Amino acid sequence: MSKLDLYGTEGLLYPRDRAWHPPADTPGYKSTTLRAPKQALLSLGATKSEMSGPTFGHNSLQPLDNDLIRNFSQDGGEAVGQRLIVYGQVLDENARPVRGTLVEFWQANAGGRYRHKREGYQAVLDPNFGGCGRAITDDNGYYHFRTIKPGAYPWPNTGNDWRPAHIHFSVFGHAFAQRLITQMYFEGDPMIWQDPIALSIADPAAVEQLIARLDRHNTTPMDALAYRFDIVLRGRRSTMFENRPEGN
Amino acid sequence: MLNQLPPLKETPSQTAGPYVHIGMTPSLEGITGPNVRDLGAGPVPGNGPRITATGCITDGSGAPVIDAVVELWQADADGNHTAAWARIACDGTGRFSFDTVKPGRVAGPDGKLMAPHLTLWIVARGINVGLHTRLYFGDEAEANQSDFVLNRVMDPRRRQTLIATPSVADGKPVYTLDIRLQGEGETVFFDI
Repeated sequence: MSKLDLYGTEGLLYPRDRAWHPPADTPGYKSTTLRAPKQALLSLGATKSEMSGPTFGHNSLQPLDNDLIRNFSQDGGEAVGQRLIVYGQVLDENARPVRGTLVEFWQANAGGRYRHKREGYQAVLDPNFGGCGRAITDDNGYYHFRTIKPGAYPWPNTGNDWRPAHIHFSVFGHAFAQRLITQMYFEGDPMIWQDPIALSIADPAAVEQLIARLDRHNTTPMDALAYRFDIVLRGRRSTMFENRPEGN
Repeated sequence: MLNQLPPLKETPSQTAGPYVHIGMTPSLEGITGPNVRDLGAGPVPGNGPRITATGCITDGSGAPVIDAVVELWQADADGNHTAAWARIACDGTGRFSFDTVKPGRVAGPDGKLMAPHLTLWIVARGINVGLHTRLYFGDEAEANQSDFVLNRVMDPRRRQTLIATPSVADGKPVYTLDIRLQGEGETVFFDI
């Protein structure tokens, strides 16, 4: 192999399948119109600047970072709403767990209201709900957090659009080129298929990948429903003829 | 299932949306307290001369992108990628500004040293997939001439969209690179 194929002993990442992601300009989601680059992206092939990435230890987290029901409590009380456990495994495209990586999440409250100064929805704020949290994946790539189910909320896109209930996710991976922001939807929600943002993705199979499944087995009796949302980051090429402790 | 290549598809991206600050810079929204803090805020750690890296982000109509969040990842002065990561929300004029260190040179895919650069990643409402770009330094003309990535930009005029203008403010070097998401002078963004 030529030197351009490999960077040191690390295999390059698989190219991003841009047809699986939303294109930059999706007219149904009007905010993209002036913010979508018109020039083709320059295919770079990752260098060390993109194959490395920041690492986060447990000292990056606060004790209640994975408990949105309590991490903004103002009076000792808990956030109002349908109590949920959201969990899942972060994997790469080779189905290997991504260990020790930071996962961040943010969402609206049970009424669909975000705690944000540019929010214009009439639903009321919950004094005990901030709406953000973080977790670091364990040795098998799993994360979990406790929250309340966010409400659907209106936005002015075409005058009267409504977004399905969703939770925003930010994931780091181990290379800056794996950095990903996405949104999680809830199984069975008919509003997903009317949502200009979910439908910015052309392939319904790709949208399905964003829909968390109700997991009755992992509900907590008399406390919380459970939803499973697995996240896949870009995978690395094999370096077949080099010794790699983690194997292929 | 056997013989699937590769077995899984990457999770598709979705926009960070207008409320990205709740998750990434919560203190800006008054989400503070003993259990919440902003990651990546404040001066960027790392060895090297302190600099300010700044610029304004504008859209295809020239309007400032006031709701973007920018992340920075870079090597330190010795060319090591250790902990120099930061993120910041653009202000009401679309400006981002990092208090960081000037990076050293890092080997490129061809084995030669790349010119010093910062890696930037931009997310916002209306950006469906986070945008990767770089900030190079206008006072590194010789290194920039031979840089692997800059030379991949065929149009030399577009190369300039990646090179920050040096100046000095209060005795501290400042590098300014405005980022245009679309239209005339559109910044080069990378598929990496």
